[in-house]
Parts: sequence; C-alpha cells; structure tokens
Amino acid sequence: MRYEYITGNTAIAKASITAGLKFYAGYPITPTSDIFEYLARELPKRGGHVVQFEDEIASINAAVGASWACAKSMTATSGPGFSLMLETLSLAVITETPLVVAYVMRTGPSTGVPTRSGQYDVLQATYGFHGGLVIPVLAPSTPQEAYDLTVRAFNVSEELRTPVVLLSDAVVAHTYGKVAVRERGEVEVVDRGKPSVSPEAYRPYDPLGGLVPPMACFGEGYNVLVESLTHDERGYYAPRTDIQRRLMWRLYRKVVESSEKLFDYSATHLDGCEHALVSYGSTALSARAAAKLLREEGFRACSVTLRTLFPVYEEGVAGLLKGVEKVFVVENNVGLYFRELRGVLRDKEVVSVPLIDLDMPLPQEVAGVVKKWL
Amino acid sequence: MAVGHPLDPYLRVDRIPTMWCPGCGLGVVLGTLLRAVDRRIREGQLKRENVAFVGGIGCTARMSLYPLFDSAHVAHGRAIPFALGVKIVKPEMKMIVVGGDGDIAAIGGNHVLHALRRNADLLVVMVNNMVYGMTGGQLAPTTPRGLYTTTTPYGNPEKEINMVRLAAALGANYVARGSTTHPQLLEQMFYKALAKRGMAFVEVLSTCPEIFGRHIGFRNPADLYLELRKRVVVKARPSVEESDYSWEKGFVLGEYVDRDEPGYIDVYSEYLSRVLGSGG
Ligand SMILES: Cc1ncc(C[n+]2csc(CCOP(=O)(O)OP(=O)(O)O)c2C)c(N)n1
Ligand code: SF4
Ligand SMILES: [Mg+2]
Repeated sequence: MRYEYITGNTAIAKASITAGLKFYAGYPITPTSDIFEYLARELPKRGGHVVQFEDEIASINAAVGASWACAKSMTATSGPGFSLMLETLSLAVITETPLVVAYVMRTGPSTGVPTRSGQYDVLQATYGFHGGLVIPVLAPSTPQEAYDLTVRAFNVSEELRTPVVLLSDAVVAHTYGKVAVRERGEVEVVDRGKPSVSPEAYRPYDPLGGLVPPMACFGEGYNVLVESLTHDERGYYAPRTDIQRRLMWRLYRKVVESSEKLFDYSATHLDGCEHALVSYGSTALSARAAAKLLREEGFRACSVTLRTLFPVYEEGVAGLLKGVEKVFVVENNVGLYFRELRGVLRDKEVVSVPLIDLDMPLPQEVAGVVKKWL
Repeated sequence: MAVGHPLDPYLRVDRIPTMWCPGCGLGVVLGTLLRAVDRRIREGQLKRENVAFVGGIGCTARMSLYPLFDSAHVAHGRAIPFALGVKIVKPEMKMIVVGGDGDIAAIGGNHVLHALRRNADLLVVMVNNMVYGMTGGQLAPTTPRGLYTTTTPYGNPEKEINMVRLAAALGANYVARGSTTHPQLLEQMFYKALAKRGMAFVEVLSTCPEIFGRHIGFRNPADLYLELRKRVVVKARPSVEESDYSWEKGFVLGEYVDRDEPGYIDVYSEYLSRVLGSGG
C-alpha cells in the first residue's frame, strides 16, 4: 500500500488493474477518456488488452465477449455513450455476464456541457436498460472512494455474474485527492465461480440451488450458450411463463437479496441528529459542508453519503435514519434519487434539495435551501 | 434404432427440428458450414473446443443455436464486436459469425465496416435472402431494386448494397459469394475461409420461401429455389466489378478476393510485443 495524489479517474484506472482487469474496450468521451488513456499505457504491460472500438455499442459488446473468454472486462463512458450501451447492458443482464461499466456523469441532456458535472443519470444507470431488473450502482464521492468502489464493482460483478455500474461524475473524475493505492494481494479479489462438473453435465444457467450459476468460458470445451432469449437452465429458448418467471425472479433476487451485503455509506454526527442531509457522488461533499455550516448555526444537522445507490437496502437506510426528524436529499439534478428514498422512508418527512449546478453546489446554497424547511 | 445424421456429433440434436420454415435455405447453409468445420477438425487444423458460433438476431442468426460448440446469440447487429472481444482475449479461437443481411449489413453496418478495415480474424457468413425474414418481410439493404417488401409496398426504390465490393475494398483477406443452390461450392468456400487468417467474408444467397418468395410470387420452396438458380452464374475468378447485382441482371458467384495480408491478430500481437519489448 502506498499513498498517491491522483484524480478520481486515475483512481478508477489503477484500481481496475488491481482488481484483475484484463480487457478494456472504449470509445473516447469527456470526462472519461483519461481512464482509457491511462489503461492504454499501463494495462498491456500487465498482460491485458485495451482496444478502441468504432463506437460505444461495439465497445460494450466486445467487453461482453471478452468476459465470456474469461477476462475481467470494463468499459467507461458518459451519458451519450451510456445511452448507446443500454441495449447490450440488457444482454449482459440476461446472459449474466460479469462486466464493469464506469459511468462518469456530465451535464445533460444530450451533449449538455460535456466538461462539467451533474447527477442527472442516477436513475438511468440502473433503470435505463429494457427488461425491468436492477443493476448494482456504486457511487464514489472522492478519489479514494473511486479507488475502493472500483475494486468492489469488479468483485460484485464476478460474484453475482452481473454488470455493475460505477457511477462517478465530472467533479470526482478530475479532483485530486490522496488515495491509498493497493497491490494485488492487499485487497480481496473475487473471481466468478467455475463449473465443477464435466462438460456433458454442465448447464450454463443452472444456479445449483443458489442464485448464481457457475460460469464456463469460451474455449474450455463446455459448449457454452450465451443466450439473449428467455432461456431454461441449458440456455435453450423457452417462451413459457413458468420459465420466464423463474428466470426473472432469480435475476432479480440475486441482486436485490444482496442489498444488505452491498450497503455502503459514510456518516457524520449521526448521534442526536435531527436533520440529515443525504447525498451521493460529488454533491455529498457539498452536503457534508452544508451540514457543518448548519451545526455552526446551532442546528442538529448531520450528513450521510450513500456509496451504494442500487440495490437500495431499505431496512439499512431506514435504520440508519431512524432517529432523525427530517431527511434532505441533496443532489445535482431535479430531484431523482429523492424518489427512491421517499419510497423507503415512508414514515418520515423527506425533502428534496435539487440543485442544478455545473460544478458542485455551494455549501451555503445547500444550507440555505435546507434552512427554509427547519 | 433411429439412424443418425452424419453431422449429429456437431449438433444439439435435442433442438432439432430447427425453427426454420419448411424449404428454407438456411439448413443448407448450416449443413455446408458444419461439413467444412468437420473437415478442418478431422484434418487436425481446427480444435473442436476452439470453434465458436456467434449470431445477432434474425432467422440466420439462429444458426448459432444449433451447433454443439461454444455459441452466442446476442443483440441484433452486434455479433461481430462480441466475437472480436472473444478473439482478442483468446486468439486460438476460430470465431464464426452468422448473420442475415439486416443483421450484418444494416444495423451491424458500422461493425462490419471496421472489422473489414481491421482485417479482423473472423469468418463472417452473411446470408443474403434479400429480405428481413424473421420480422415478416420488410426491406433489407440487399433487397433488389423494384421488388415488393412490406415496407416498400410499391416496389423498393433504393439501390441494393453490394457487400462483396465493400469487403474487397476494405481489405478482407477472403471474399466470396456462394449460394444455397450450389452447396458443394459453398462448402468449399467455407472450407477455404476457415483456414484464412484475417477476415473471411462469405455472402450466401439463400431462399426465404415463406416471406420473400411468397411476396414476389414464388411461395413454393422449389419454385423459389429454381428461380434463384436461374439467376446465378458461377465464375472461376470473377472481378469485383462483376459482383454488382440486380434481380434482372442476376448474381455472380465465386471467390472475389483471396489474399494473405496480416490479420488484425497479427498486427495487434506485434503491437503487444512492442509494448513488452520496450520494457513497458
Ligand atoms: C435493435 C433491434 N431492432 C430491431 C429488431 C427486430 N428484428 C429482429 S430480426 C430483424 C431483421 C432480420 O433480418 P435479417 O438480419 O436479414 O435476418 P433474416 O431473418 O432475414 O435471416 C429485426 C429488424 C431487434 N431484434 N433488435
Ligand atoms: S422466414 Fe424465411 S428465412 Fe426465416 S425461416 Fe422462414 S423461410 Fe427461412
Ligand atoms: Mg435477411
């Protein structure tokens, strides 16, 4: 372990290598290209592959293919590119392909302000693809969290055989911070389960009583079937309600029932807190500073930074905020994640603090909005 | 005792019969392809566990479901980048992409363009049945001008795409056009294509009696087959200029390009060895 002074994007790139990244495919887009460029320099030296494809659609499809060739895979993009990737994200969900998509949010809609920040895509990150299931979404607010959550994203994707979205934003991407950088062996690295039966007995979508099937790769003699159609345990197309139900509920449960394990947050001054400022990503820094301003004015304010946005661990979030009177959801958009939390905290007053700012909202502005409700 | 088919060892026999309509040409494409693979395996030039089939979406793409090999049935148009992702990580794999004219030449157009430019080490089999079969007979970029489709009910006003010309221009090592009306020739093309480094692109004219045939007045599979047979000619070494087709002019079958330039994996490996050679 050593400390380095690096940006959030560099932290993602470095952490992905530590986590075992072997294949990166991408298409340049601000504010992610420096992840790509760092990996293009460093990953091939460590036996990995970095290839620029003709668009984001090709990039994510190549990453899915590479994952089926046993390589831990990643792509990174921002709003316009993520929109293009959605169809294949859906493919990765139904084919249970481990994959990390680093999504560095910028100002939208459409081309918006490419170099500046926002959190408009927080719901798209998990709900954007067709098929109505949940993709885990981890959101760093600092370079250190970007590092740690990248490792986690790979581990979760391997363990659950699912795509995972690492949801950063333009501020985190290019803010420098002191980061504890770790080597292989200094962090827990999870690899997908492999089949323990003969190729003849192997069924690629049989969870063997659990929720996650062991995964054989191309070239191992298992006659793997990667199937985008609704399929049975063999991977055979099965347009039947019973099979669709079984598949949907298993894909849903394997992610949602991991919500407790995936739950991750940080909090300050929670003891005796009356007014909790809940936030995520770079805006969490504004919220934290705003809570401090409010405390200085005598309010019993605290801040909570959520690092896992999806799946929502309902009991965990509710338990964490049990003692507080009012919950303020601070975010750099029109108030999106607020809707998720309002659904979870039904017996509490939940207030949306939507602040549109091309950078981080100023703590004074956050505190000012919150005070109107106190 | 039931007598098996000689290709049974290469098939997921529990999935037969296929989903294809009676009289569809796709069975001929799969049969010839598997025979060519079988010859290469028996000659020791291919390892069975290293052969994989990838299809996008469409009747043709479903060809990936039946062979007893590693296979993937992915999103419409996206078989090529999926296959290339596998190939880059495991260059020992022989990746066979199967797709319809819509899958490869329309929605997958950007991918095939760049795979051809890269001379990517893939065998791409594009079945030109001149229509969108699976979705019920809409216009394909390959539909000959003037013909009825459900989305050009007054006759296709557009010029047909000639993928042979495109593949030749962008640098594929092997470019051929075969037809289900000439299965021996088609098998020979596949056999040859399987041994190539770089991109091997084989366009296969095939009959879709259920949709294409029905719409243009040849609903009976044999009638459509005979009609197509009338409109194709085989040439020993056709020039790329001869590959342009129309319904009236017909189609020239043959090997248009056969060269041996470095493939993508060659140039990419060379790049990697430069990275490692420079000590990082
Ligand atoms: C993104 C997307 N758009 C549209 C479709 C619907 N679709 C399925 S197959 C197909 C066209 C098939 O035509 P072709 O590729 O020529 O295959 P064929 O059935 O003729 O073999 C279309 C448009 C889809 N599955 N995905
Ligand atoms: S619709 Fe046409 S291409 Fe598809 S299976 Fe039927 S005959 Fe074959
Ligand atoms: Mg077609």
